[in-house]
Amino acid sequence: MKSGRKSTSTVIRRNRLVAYTFLLPNIIGFLLFILIPVIASFIMSFTSWNGFGVIEFVGLENYKNLIHDTNFRISFINSILFTLISVPITLFLSILIAIALNRGIRFVKVFRTAVFLPYVTATIAVAAVWQLIFNPSMGPINGTLMKFGIDNPPGWLSSPSWALLSVSVVYIWHSVGYYMILFLAGLQNIPDHLYEAAELDGAGPIAKFFNVTLPMLSPVIFFTMIIGVINSFKVFDLIYVLTGGGPGRSTHVLVYDIYNTAFKQFEYGYASSMAYVLFLLILIFSFIQFRGQKKWVNY
Amino acid sequence: MNIATGTKTEASVYTPAPKARKISINQVLKYIAIIFVSLMMVLPFVWMLSASLKAESEIFGFPIKWIPETLHWSNYKDVWTKVPFHIYYLNTLKIAVITTVLVIINSSLAGYAFAKIKFPESNRLFFIYIATMMIPYQVMMIPQFMLMKELGLVNSHWALILLGAFNPFGVFLFRQFFLSIPDELLEAARIDGLNEFGIYWRIILPLSKPAIATLVIFSFMHSWNDFLGPLIYLTSDHLYTLQLGIQHFITEYNTEYALLMAAAVSAIVPTIIVYFLAQDHFIKGVASTGIKG
Repeated sequence: MKSGRKSTSTVIRRNRLVAYTFLLPNIIGFLLFILIPVIASFIMSFTSWNGFGVIEFVGLENYKNLIHDTNFRISFINSILFTLISVPITLFLSILIAIALNRGIRFVKVFRTAVFLPYVTATIAVAAVWQLIFNPSMGPINGTLMKFGIDNPPGWLSSPSWALLSVSVVYIWHSVGYYMILFLAGLQNIPDHLYEAAELDGAGPIAKFFNVTLPMLSPVIFFTMIIGVINSFKVFDLIYVLTGGGPGRSTHVLVYDIYNTAFKQFEYGYASSMAYVLFLLILIFSFIQFRGQKKWVNY
Repeated sequence: MNIATGTKTEASVYTPAPKARKISINQVLKYIAIIFVSLMMVLPFVWMLSASLKAESEIFGFPIKWIPETLHWSNYKDVWTKVPFHIYYLNTLKIAVITTVLVIINSSLAGYAFAKIKFPESNRLFFIYIATMMIPYQVMMIPQFMLMKELGLVNSHWALILLGAFNPFGVFLFRQFFLSIPDELLEAARIDGLNEFGIYWRIILPLSKPAIATLVIFSFMHSWNDFLGPLIYLTSDHLYTLQLGIQHFITEYNTEYALLMAAAVSAIVPTIIVYFLAQDHFIKGVASTGIKG
């Protein structure tokens, strides 16, 4: 008995040694480049530091300043607006496309590739194209609109009231393929016998959709909502190239402000507090979704 | 139905006529919708390609001329000579390849420890890894920059390589894949006298080609398309990546849209080729992990 216990503890010790040897390269990188920076920026958010000189602790001052910072408030609202516009539309469209492509369609691979293509291409290149497509006086979109008799088409990216929406359009176009793939995988996992049983009960296509497809897909929908929100709060490249945050401040979002505050104005402490507000915002959105899921997600 | 039962030979070749017609109306609508959506997705690329071969004055012509009258291949020549585009290409390739190799090595080692070695902190540690996947990059980017400054790696490719080489996604992907490999296989190898590294190297890795392929594609695409990282770390033009290099045509040559389009096409061609070659792995990878590239 005693020797048995001793040998389990040596096994544990041996396993631990082996495990940490395997983990070593990754853990060093993980600590240095992820975990420690996450903690460090939390601490930095309570300092007023510009990268040089002594680090001065200012307590909650950065956070207090954020509340009264009108520019920050605009970015905060823009980020939320952008998420509220683009996530539901993206998910809705990608579900529809996934269902259409799920079964009984030929050339699935061709269509799937077409929808997925924007996602694999660099945002910078894609944004450059859309900037020209949206060109208010000469671009193909307004060219088409004017041809159909709309004399004063919107200025899209150069109009303060349309810019955020235009960026959302490009973002939706760019990411729909990604979510479509997730939904396609979810649809493929729904067993056929559920549909057959529903058919035996006399269910038509619409009833089948609401009573079989949607409930069975709900875990995937929940998952895509969570990552969809996280991803949409992180949009930087598109805005950098398409609008540079403008016109005015109409497309300034949190990540754009954080970048500018840190790497243009070198206010590291203040930028860190912004980053933590962003993180908190993501957590709140995720928390609300986790609370809500019990009502509709079917496991 | 009558036709189908009436002529048996025909029925075995063709689907029953009435049912087929009923489906076909739905099918036609479905095809129209899908073709419309696919066109919406692809047209910007076609427009980009066509604009890249046009003379500057033709680009915004209306109605849109999809095939330019004369193909201005000189746009591409200009892109590659006006700025050191080949250097951007090599820089991007170098960063993407080294990052990918490092990611595969350290993530598969760590994934093995989490999936196949029982040690007390395993689950708690893995949970910390997973939890950090939710934290936006912006939260760590400032301290990372300070660290790289201390290490003297700002304005060098190594900052990007090191930051790209360690991500919890890779560990997560490998762990999930390794879990599906039965433990009996490892036990048999142990009895045969293989040590833990031998098992990882000779048994597990050869079985994990799908997971490796998925991560190679993801990591490569991610480095290739990265913009914010190079924007923060690279200041010298000769170190620029493609994504930064395109900026020249947005800011300095800002009236030469044809060149901008030619630069954009040049920059996306490799990822599109990689995607077509490894489409299935890529899609399986997205589907099984939900990884954002």
